[in-house]
Amino acid sequence: MGHGDLRVSLPSVFLVLIPAPRRTVFLTYLLRELSNRRKQTVIVAAGLALAIALVIVVSGVAAGVRNAQSSVLESIYGVGTDVTITQIAEPGTGGPGQQFAFGSGDGTTTDDGSTEVAQSTLSAARGTATFDSSALTTVEGVDGVSAATATLSLQNSSFSGTLPDFSPGGAGGAGADGATGDGTDSGTEAAPPSGGADGAGGSAFDVDQFSVTGLDPATDAVGPLSSASLVDGRSFTAADAGTDVVVLDQTYATSAELAVGDTLAIGGTDFTVVGIVASTSSDAATASDTYVPLDTAQALSGLTDQISNVYVTASSASGVNALKTDLQAALPDATVNTQSDLASSVSGSLSTASDLIGKLGTWLSVVVLAAAFLIAILFTVSGVSRRTREFGTLKAIGWSNSRITRQVAGESLVTGLLGGVVGVAVGLIGVLVVNIVAPTLSAAATTDAAGPGADGPGAAAGGGGFGQQIAQATTDVALNVPVTVPVVLLAVGLAVAGGLLAGAVGGWRASRLRPAEALRSVA
Amino acid sequence: MYTLTAVTKTYQQKKRTVKALDGVDLVIPAGQMVAIQGPTGGGKSTLLQMLGALDRPTSGTVRLGDSELSAAGDHALAAARAREIGFVFQGFNLIPTLTAAENVETAFADGSTPRAERRDKAKAALASVGLAERADHLPSELSGGQQQRVAIARALVKEPSVLLADEPTGSLDEATRDEIMDLLEGVWRDRGLTLVIVTHDSAVARRAQRRLRIAGGELAELGPAA
Repeated sequence: MGHGDLRVSLPSVFLVLIPAPRRTVFLTYLLRELSNRRKQTVIVAAGLALAIALVIVVSGVAAGVRNAQSSVLESIYGVGTDVTITQIAEPGTGGPGQQFAFGSGDGTTTDDGSTEVAQSTLSAARGTATFDSSALTTVEGVDGVSAATATLSLQNSSFSGTLPDFSPGGAGGAGADGATGDGTDSGTEAAPPSGGADGAGGSAFDVDQFSVTGLDPATDAVGPLSSASLVDGRSFTAADAGTDVVVLDQTYATSAELAVGDTLAIGGTDFTVVGIVASTSSDAATASDTYVPLDTAQALSGLTDQISNVYVTASSASGVNALKTDLQAALPDATVNTQSDLASSVSGSLSTASDLIGKLGTWLSVVVLAAAFLIAILFTVSGVSRRTREFGTLKAIGWSNSRITRQVAGESLVTGLLGGVVGVAVGLIGVLVVNIVAPTLSAAATTDAAGPGADGPGAAAGGGGFGQQIAQATTDVALNVPVTVPVVLLAVGLAVAGGLLAGAVGGWRASRLRPAEALRSVA
Repeated sequence: MYTLTAVTKTYQQKKRTVKALDGVDLVIPAGQMVAIQGPTGGGKSTLLQMLGALDRPTSGTVRLGDSELSAAGDHALAAARAREIGFVFQGFNLIPTLTAAENVETAFADGSTPRAERRDKAKAALASVGLAERADHLPSELSGGQQQRVAIARALVKEPSVLLADEPTGSLDEATRDEIMDLLEGVWRDRGLTLVIVTHDSAVARRAQRRLRIAGGELAELGPAA
C-alpha cells in the first residue's frame, strides 16, 4: 500500500478516525496489516459473516415457528394453560355418533303428501371420552395448581329432510288401473312415490354439525376463551350458569349468519346469542364454534356430571413438569399433557417447518460456523508463516512472545468483529425479507382419538374409530421472525470467539518461531 | 563487553549434523569495532546470533558484561535484546506496512516509553541518519540505502551498548555502501558503541579496528586493519 495511495479500506478508515498522536504502534501495525492483505481479510470476514447471518436467521425462524405453534395452541387451549387433562376413550365406548331415528308418526306432512322431518342431537364430540367432574376437584387439590377449569366438548348434529309419499292409498300409491288394493292383484303394479323434495317422489336430506363447548361461565382466566377477544355483545358471567345463552366464535357466526340477539337451536333447545368472540391469534379461530354454560351442556346432552377436558395453570413456569407428574399420579386414568407435549400435536406445514429448522437449520448453522472458524484459523496460520522474517526481526529487536501473540490475536479479533458486524447486518436483512414475504404456514392441532372399536353404531364415515387423530383446529399462520438482542449479542460473541480462536492459534505459532531460525530461514 | 568461551553450536539439517561453531573463544572489549569475515556457511551469522542473544550455544558460555546469555531463558534473552543490543540486517528487515518513523518506534519493544517521547526519539534518530524528511514514507518509497539508514536508526533509537550488523552493505551498491559505512563508523565513534560487523566484503572489513576470520566454525584473528 503506497503512502500516496488513495484507495480506502475499511481498516484504514479507523486510522483516520483516530488522530495520529493517539494511535499506538499496535493499532497502526494491526490495521495496516489487515489492509495490506485485503483479500485474506475479506475471505475470513466473509466466512464469519455468512455463519453469523445464518445463526441469526435460523434462530429467528426457529423462534417464529415456536411462536406460531404457541399461537395455534393458544387458540385452542387458551393463554395461561400449562397443562391439559383429557381421557382417551376405551375401545367400545365413546359417543353414540350420528344416529337419527324417526317414528312412523314423526314429521310434518305437507299438501303433496311429503313428510318433512327434523331432528338434532347433542352428544360428546366424536373421539372424545368424558369422565367424572370430580376430577376437577382432585386437580384443584394438587400442589402447584394455580387455577383449573373444566369443559365438556360436544357436537350438535341436525338432520332435516323431505320424504316422498310412499302410502299405497295415496295419489301415488294407487294401482295402475286405479284400483286400490293390497298390491297383489295380478296384472296391477304399486304406483311410484310422489311429492318429495323434487315433487317427483325424490328425497333430500341435510345434515348440519357444529361444535359446542360447555364451560364454567364464572372462569375466564384459564380455558379456551382466555385467548379470545370479545367482538360483539358480552362474554359469560357467573349468573349465566344453567341458562340457555350461547357465545359464538366469530368465524362460525359469519358462516351461519348469526348476530347477537339471534337464537340458535342446540340439542333441540333455542339458545340466545349474547356474545361473539374471536381468537387473539391472527388467522386462527377459537377452539369451538359455540360456547354454553357447562351445566346447561351437561343437562342437554344427558352427560350429567361429565367433563372432557381440564385446563390447568401452574403456580410457576419451572414447576410444570413436576406438576404434570403429580397430576398423572392423582388421575392415573387420565392423559396429562404439558404445552411442550401438545406442540408435537401441531401438524401441517408449520410442523414441517419446525422439523426443518430444528434439524437441518441447526446443523447447517453449526457446520457453516465450524467451517468459518477453520478458514479463519488456516488463514491466520498461513499469514504467520508468510511473515516469518517479520516476526523474526521483531523478536530480534526485543519483542517478547506475548507481544507478538497480542499483535496476531488483535488482527484476528478485528477481522472477527468485521465479520460479525457484516453478518449481523446481513442476518437482519434476511429476517426483514422473511417478514416482508411472511410465508403462510398451515397448522392443525390434533388430539389422539379413541382406538379401534370405539366406533359404535352410528359412527359414520370420518369417525374416530380408525385410531386416527382428529383435527381440532386448522388454521393458517403467517410466519413472523422476531429478532431479539440476546440473539444478536450471541452472534457477535460467536464472531469474536472465532477471531480470538484464530488469533490464539496463530499467536501460538508465531511465539514458537525462534528468531535465529526465522532469520536463518529467510537468509 | 563480550566473553565467549569454548562456544560450540550444532544444527540438525535434514539428516546430518552441522557444526556451525567449533570451540570458539573470543573477547571483545567495550567500544571496539570488529569485523568478522569468512566464506559462506563458515559460521559468521551463527556467531553473530550468539553475540546478539538470538540463540544459545550447544556448549560453552557467552557473556555480555555481567550477564550470561548462554544460560538465560527466552524472556531474559528478549530483554537483553530490547535493552542492550541493536541489530542491522542485510535485507534491512523493515516492516513494509509501517512508515520510517513507525518502523523506528517498533524498537521500543516493552511499550513502557510514553507515546510522545517515543515519537520524538524516533524522529531524532531519523534526523541523526539524515532522513528527517522521510519520516512518513513507507519502505517501498525509499531507496536501499535509505531503508538501511532507517534500520540503523531503529537499532540506535534505544541507545544500546552494542550494535551488531549482519552484512549491512550486502544489498547495496558501492557508493551507497560507503555512505552506510561512513554512517556506522560515525555512530561508533560518537557513541562509543561496541560495533561488530559481519561481512564478506574486504573493503568493509578494512574499516574495522580488529578483523576476525571464521571458517568451518573456527575463529582466527586477522589482526588490526592495515
